[in-house]
Amino acid sequence: MTKLLVKDRNGNISEIKAETGSTLMEIIRDAGMDIEAACGGCCACATCHIYVDEKLYKSLPSKDEDEESMLDQAFEVKPNSRLACQLEFNDDLEGLLVELAPE
Amino acid sequence: MIKKTDVVIIGAGPVGLFAVFELGLLNINVHLVDNLDKPGGQCAELYPEKPIYDIPARPKITAQELIDDLLKQIDPFKPTFHFNQQVNSIKKIEEGWILETSEKIKIECKCIIIAAGAGSFVPRKLPIEGIESLENKRVLYSIKDKSILQDKDILIAGGGDSALDWTNELAKISNVTLIHRRKEFRAAPDSVSKMIELEKQNKIIFELGQIKEIYKNSKDKLDIKYQNDDTINSIEVDYLLPFFGLKMELGPIANWGLNLNENLISVDTEKFETSIPTIFAIGDINTYPGKLKLILSGFHESALMAQQCFKYCFPDKKNIFKYTTSSKELHKKLGIK
Repeated sequence: MTKLLVKDRNGNISEIKAETGSTLMEIIRDAGMDIEAACGGCCACATCHIYVDEKLYKSLPSKDEDEESMLDQAFEVKPNSRLACQLEFNDDLEGLLVELAPE
Repeated sequence: MIKKTDVVIIGAGPVGLFAVFELGLLNINVHLVDNLDKPGGQCAELYPEKPIYDIPARPKITAQELIDDLLKQIDPFKPTFHFNQQVNSIKKIEEGWILETSEKIKIECKCIIIAAGAGSFVPRKLPIEGIESLENKRVLYSIKDKSILQDKDILIAGGGDSALDWTNELAKISNVTLIHRRKEFRAAPDSVSKMIELEKQNKIIFELGQIKEIYKNSKDKLDIKYQNDDTINSIEVDYLLPFFGLKMELGPIANWGLNLNENLISVDTEKFETSIPTIFAIGDINTYPGKLKLILSGFHESALMAQQCFKYCFPDKKNIFKYTTSSKELHKKLGIK
């Protein structure tokens, strides 16, 4: 089983099952964690804002202009900020740690 | 004066709009209330240009095209829209309900259809400690009367159309600083070039950064700390105008005594009626076993809901099921000659 580590807004880390081909948003949402993802994953809001473990951040596909401009609606944007709906899980991301950004 | 209609639909998104059609075929008159300034809900506000691929018989359609076509489809029924307001309260009367909106409009109806999607769109608020006491006083998410901002020091935050439009507009009467996390803006290119021109002429100031802290100081001004990379700076202003888009909130609906399941309204799957008779919920806002949050599910729910509404609106009449393809009566309603 491949897994994703998710740190919630209280600092607790959960290990959740992650399937290749799903987006990180879908994986986090379907695990019942508190991610709003208002637009359902079409990069039209910024309510699936996460911080990605800096060690692995560089290995992710880079942000496109859509994602970068949606991050303008997020708060506390950091260099390792991403929208979880724009990242697809694959085996290379096994054990990746992401943190839910403040709402 | 109280307006009178058969049915009020709360929410003018795709499902609320299609409900007008299904109700219209059954001679049921409709008013719609929506907190946005236009029809279309999330489709129009969040992702108008994004294509949708799972609308039956429409292999590809943008969200705005879907809304435009729905408006065309319901035009024969001439629904009444009440925009920029939400339904604040509902009161049961013998003949049905009286609704009151945030703009103090009262509407009497027999049935209420909640098609509110993920809730009302409201401005996204800055998640900063202590900001609540300043909101609507010194921190403004919308501007009703810009004269209060005349000759004041103003900080506008954001990089979208609202931020840039207000920067360009208020530059004429106030001392404006615009703050945004990066040098690029998602606002319309025209507004961006206008803003850059104003900055060149020193009519506005642009700062890079994100707001961290806000305090009201002893001079009755706002002290705002903002961070850019590792540097923290501060600015003193009279007003802060944050524009970080909209978010969705269930709002007053939560207080109407309906059975809720994690902010969704429980309904049956025969009539899509809530725990309170004559109040229905359709589209993304409802829940039932097997619910899928798809626009097409909402369309189906609209059709079944309308059948039950007919019984409430015309208790003495029999509803004879008709097809739009063959019924002359329906053709007449649809304006087909």
